[in-house]
Order: sequence, then C-alpha cells, then structure tokens
Amino acid sequence: MAELTYREAVAEAIAQEMRRDEDVVFLGEDIGAAGGVFKATVGLFKEFGPERVRDTPISEQAILGAAMGSAMTGLKPIAEIMFSDFLAVCWDIVANEIAKARYMTGGQMSMPLVIRTANGGGSRFGAQHSQSVENWAMMIPGLKVVAPSSPADVKGLLAAAIRDPDPVMFFEQKSLYPIKGFVPDGELVDELGTAKVLRDGGDVTIVALAAMVPRAMKAAEELSAQHGIEATVVDVRSLVPLDTQTILREISKTGRLVTVEENPRLCGWGAEIASIVADEIFWDLDGPIIRITTPHIPLPAADALEDATMPSAERIVREIVEKID
Amino acid sequence: MATAPKSAASKAKGGKGKAKTKAAPRSRTAKPKANADELLKYYRDMLLIRRFEERAGQMYGMGLIGGFCHLYIGQEAVVVGMQAAIDERDAVVTSYRDHGHMLACGMDPKGVMAELTGRIGGYSKGKGGSMHMFSKEKNFYGGHGIVGAQVPIGTGLAFAAKYKKTGGVSLTYLGDGAVNQGQVNEAFNMAELWDLPVIYVIENNRYGMGTSVARASAAKELYRLGEPYGMPGEQVDGMDVLAVHAAAEKAVKHCRDGNGPYVLEMLTYRYRGHSMSDPAKYRTKEEVSDMRDNHDPIANLSKVIVESGSKTEADLKEMDKEVRAIVVEAAEFAQESPEPDPSELYTDVLVEA
Ligand SMILES: Cc1ncc(C[n+]2csc(CCOP(=O)(O)OP(=O)(O)O)c2C)c(N)n1
Ligand SMILES: [Mg+2]
Repeated sequence: MAELTYREAVAEAIAQEMRRDEDVVFLGEDIGAAGGVFKATVGLFKEFGPERVRDTPISEQAILGAAMGSAMTGLKPIAEIMFSDFLAVCWDIVANEIAKARYMTGGQMSMPLVIRTANGGGSRFGAQHSQSVENWAMMIPGLKVVAPSSPADVKGLLAAAIRDPDPVMFFEQKSLYPIKGFVPDGELVDELGTAKVLRDGGDVTIVALAAMVPRAMKAAEELSAQHGIEATVVDVRSLVPLDTQTILREISKTGRLVTVEENPRLCGWGAEIASIVADEIFWDLDGPIIRITTPHIPLPAADALEDATMPSAERIVREIVEKID
Repeated sequence: MATAPKSAASKAKGGKGKAKTKAAPRSRTAKPKANADELLKYYRDMLLIRRFEERAGQMYGMGLIGGFCHLYIGQEAVVVGMQAAIDERDAVVTSYRDHGHMLACGMDPKGVMAELTGRIGGYSKGKGGSMHMFSKEKNFYGGHGIVGAQVPIGTGLAFAAKYKKTGGVSLTYLGDGAVNQGQVNEAFNMAELWDLPVIYVIENNRYGMGTSVARASAAKELYRLGEPYGMPGEQVDGMDVLAVHAAAEKAVKHCRDGNGPYVLEMLTYRYRGHSMSDPAKYRTKEEVSDMRDNHDPIANLSKVIVESGSKTEADLKEMDKEVRAIVVEAAEFAQESPEPDPSELYTDVLVEA
C-alpha cells in the first residue's frame, strides 16, 4: 500500500489505463505540458507523449465533441473540463449528444468515454468556479455519474470508468486534491455503482458524497464522543447507477436518514434518495428525513460567507443533535 | 514588440484559414500627437493600475486575498489607451483579469480592493470576488469568470445602445485564449449582421494560462478573426499607450458612425503568472525581462514625457507618491471594511429573498 494524494491517484489511474490500452487518449486544457491546473495529471505527458495526451485550445465544445466522435469510432477518450462550472459551456454535447447516442442509435453506438472535472467549493473561487453540479448530470438519462471521496476510490473508480462502455461523468472535488490516503499497490479497478459503508453505528445513517464524506466522518466521531450518538456513514460514490440496495439497507438498520450534500438545496441528490426511501422503506423510518445542504444560493467569494454555506462537521453535529435527540 | 502591427482591410474578402500575412494590407494608424496633459493623464492612470496590482499581489501573499487573483501588470497601456477614447455613453465588459479595467473606468480603488479582500465595502459586497465585479454607475459590466462569456454579453451591450440610439459603443475585451471559444464566433457574426457598435479588443498577451498562442490557435493573426464577416481589424502595439489610443479613436469613430463592429488586436504581455499560483514555467526568464526592460509601457511613456520637457523625473516621482498614497488608502480600507454578515448570503439572489 502506498500513500497517495487524491490528485496523484487521478494521474495513476489514467496512467494505469493508458499503459494497458492504447485506444485510451486524454484531452483537455493545460493537462499535458503543464500537468493540469490542479496538478492532477503530472507525468502523463512525459510518459505518453503529445499524441495521446493532448493540450487543447480553450474550446470545451470541441473537446467534448471530439471525445464523442472518437469514442464512436474506436477510441476511449478521457476529456477534462477544468472546472465543472464550464460544463455549462458544452452542455449540449453532454446532454443532447453523448447521453443519448446509445439510445438513439438503437444500441449501435457505444460511448466509452470519461469526462473528468474539478467540482465543488471551499476554495474562495466564487460563483463561477465553485459549483457542485453533479445533480446536473444526474438528471440526464444516459450518463453514469461518479464522485469519489478518497484517493483509493479515485484510482479504482476512474479506472473502472475508463473501461466502462458507457459515458461516465467523473466529479473530483477540488478541495480534496491535497488529501492523502492509502491506495492498494498494483492494478486497481473498482466497481461502478457501488456505495461503501465507512462506519457502523446504530442510531442514525448519514449518507454523504465527495467532500462531504470526510466531514460526515468527523461529525460521526464527534457525535459519538460528545453526544453518545452512533452514526453509520455511507459514501454514495456513484449517483448513477445508485446503489439503492446498500443505501436502503443501512437506513433501515437505524431508522433515521441524514443526507449531507454540497449542492444547493433544490433537486440535490439527497432529495432523490429521500424520495426512494419514502417509496421503499417508509415504514422503517423512526423520524423525519434530514437534508443538510448548501443553501439555494450562488456561492459567494468572501471567506466568511463561503464558510457559512457549505455543510461543516459542526453543522452536521448540531443538526443531528437538535433533530434526533 | 517584435512584430510590426498590421491591419486587415475593411470588408476584406475572407481568405483561407491559414492565409499569410501578405493578404492583409498594413495600414497602421498613425500616432497622433498627444498634448502634455493627456500624456500625463495616461501616465498616471497606468501607474495607478501598476501600483494597485503590485499591492494586490502583496496582499495575496499575506493571505489577505483568497481565491483567484489575476494581475494586469504589463498590460496597462491597453486599457488606458482604449478608455481614453470613450465617454460616459459607452459600456465596458471584460474577463476575470479585470482590476485594471475597473480602475480605468473610474471605479473607486477602495471598493475594488475591498472586493478582493471579501469585505462588505467591496463593489459586490464580497459576494463577487476578484473575477466578478461590476459598476452600473461606471458602465462596467464585469468581470466574468467563464472564458469568452463576455463576448456575446458585450455584443448585447452594443445591441441595446443601437436600439436605444444612445450613440454608445461597447468595448468588449477578450484574451488570445478566449478567441477559441465557440461563442466568440457566434457573437462576431451577429454583430456584423446587425451592424452593432462593438469593439472587440483582443488582448494578446501571448498566453492563455500555460498555453501559447502558437500552441492554441491555428489562426495566428488574431486581428483578422472578424474578416470572414467583413469586420475590419487592426493589430496594435499594445505596449504603447499612444498607439493604442490612436487605434481606439479610429475604431470608436467607425462604430459611432454606424459602420458596425471592429476588431483590435493588442500585442501585449503579462509580466506575472496567469494567476497568483502560476510559476509561469512555460516561458523563459529572458522573454519576460526583455518585455519588462525594453517594452514597459510606463517606463517608455515616462521617457517621452521627460524628453518633451513638460515634466521632470522629480515631478513624476512626486506623482508616483500620490498614486501610492491612493493605493495604501485602498489597502487600508480593504482591511478595515467589515466582513459581510452571514445574513448577506440570502440577499440579492432574486429581488426578494
Ligand atoms: C470556459 C472556460 N474554460 C476554461 C477556463 C479556465 N481558464 C481561465 S483563464 C484561462 C486562460 C485564458 O487566456 P486568455 O484568454 O489569453 O486570457 P488571459 O488570461 O491571458 O488574460 C483559462 C483556460 C475558464 N475560466 N472558462
Ligand atoms: Mg492571454
């Protein structure tokens, strides 16, 4: 086991897959010579060269369109959209083309491509570089949606995404890039569409994604130490497919559900889970579902304001203590 | 600059994608003689931007400014020369590298700096940040973080000016990297189709983040990008405020006379990295020092002023002191202005929260 950062895990996964399959190519802005603005792709240009690791102009529509065209004709492109906010610039290709190709061709076309992007807040970048937009992707049929919280998950899930025959939107939470974690040695390929239970507790089930996972874990320790509340923590990892089996099982065990979401409140993934829970296991619940989200506002730039928006471990503890005790 | 500025013929026939320089006549706008007062004003305006940006850079280093911070140092002549050719009817829009544009629009350095530090006294109450600032009063329409987004928006500013017959012109600034956004193409076509009074000022500082124009653009002559639509374009030495101003006057007249849009490509240079976190390893030290030492817009203008005899070096030093005092005051304000109250989070989302 080696200790890697979240950003190193990105480069490792891509390198692992590029070594094994020469149809894997990688395109994006400043991903090559510069190693990525978040330094998540350092070393790839050197190892695989400019034919396979391509610096592009600032042309997101062309990047994703080219990824799609080449995916339909035999390549397995990985495209980077530097910040997930910029997906709005090329959303036509995502929503109307990539997502619908298999369906509209009656299954003739596969779309083995991955769109990687830096998502989420916490870096003071303001309203146009901090959004948590995984729900944009989640609501479009025909896409897979992944958002890892740890270096090991980055490596394993990204490798799985690259091998998958369908288009995968891979959301990396940018404030997690520096975090470290142990990653198994050797080839690592995880399974898409699987949630992970990170902590077992009998009182409440906290369901979290990406940067909210470490915060939920911290809150769980605090709840246990200070308030005698034992929380189960489930890392959703994959929004589409959603591992409802694991998630529903863990909620049924405690009878209480808390979602912790970075996205603005309306139409967050937690609302979808709440709806599924209401449909499937309503009678297992011992109390109302609690959704902890960022308020439904654009993200502010100022430190004090940004800190007040995203769910923090303290806020998770406070809301659970207030509403569950 | 190494390359002599060039100009594309008005209503030139669109050439092939990779047409050579020869196809474009070089009708460089002659530099007019500026009077002593004008020279001094340009000098002071450029100096204010330079000192402001140096200070912002320091404050970033001290942790007083967070997030992104894109400095304009080196490019001052572009915005100062352009802004000197417009009046209160006209509107301005640009990218995230916007501090210089705001100062040149007459926005208060205090309010700009306080936005950088995320304080309530900032132009957007701390909600916008470095990349997203606006002043309706000064006709400054942002400050946009999405590369290229300001181009259709600037086209819309021109649409309203034409519709309302204000005589106003839209100065729409964009980078050399931004020209490769699809929406730029859409905007250019619409602007020419509808004869909109918009000047697309391409600030070619040679790099978009770590990627040089040579690596990003198949078309190297950015002033010709409007040519297929019949849009006149001119390449200008953007390190020379007088050359910029002369080109600006001509372009503004073209727009005000109802002749539609215009492209100005400013050959310029940013001395610092793309943003504060960029060590700028993609270019040589020599390249940077050559620009600083031999093409600095402020140093060059100071020579012109001193040689003209209107002011001495001591006079200019005195002016520098005044400018520094303004910047110090802005920096103090930006640290003293309170942090916004969390209740501010919910205001301004819609008219009513
Ligand atoms: C749509 C979009 N893509 C990518 C980016 C990331 N980005 C920010 S600035 C920049 C470079 C822009 O270069 P240029 O247009 O030359 O302007 P300069 O920074 O040199 O002023 C890039 C790629 C962005 N903000 N928006
Ligand atoms: Mg540039």
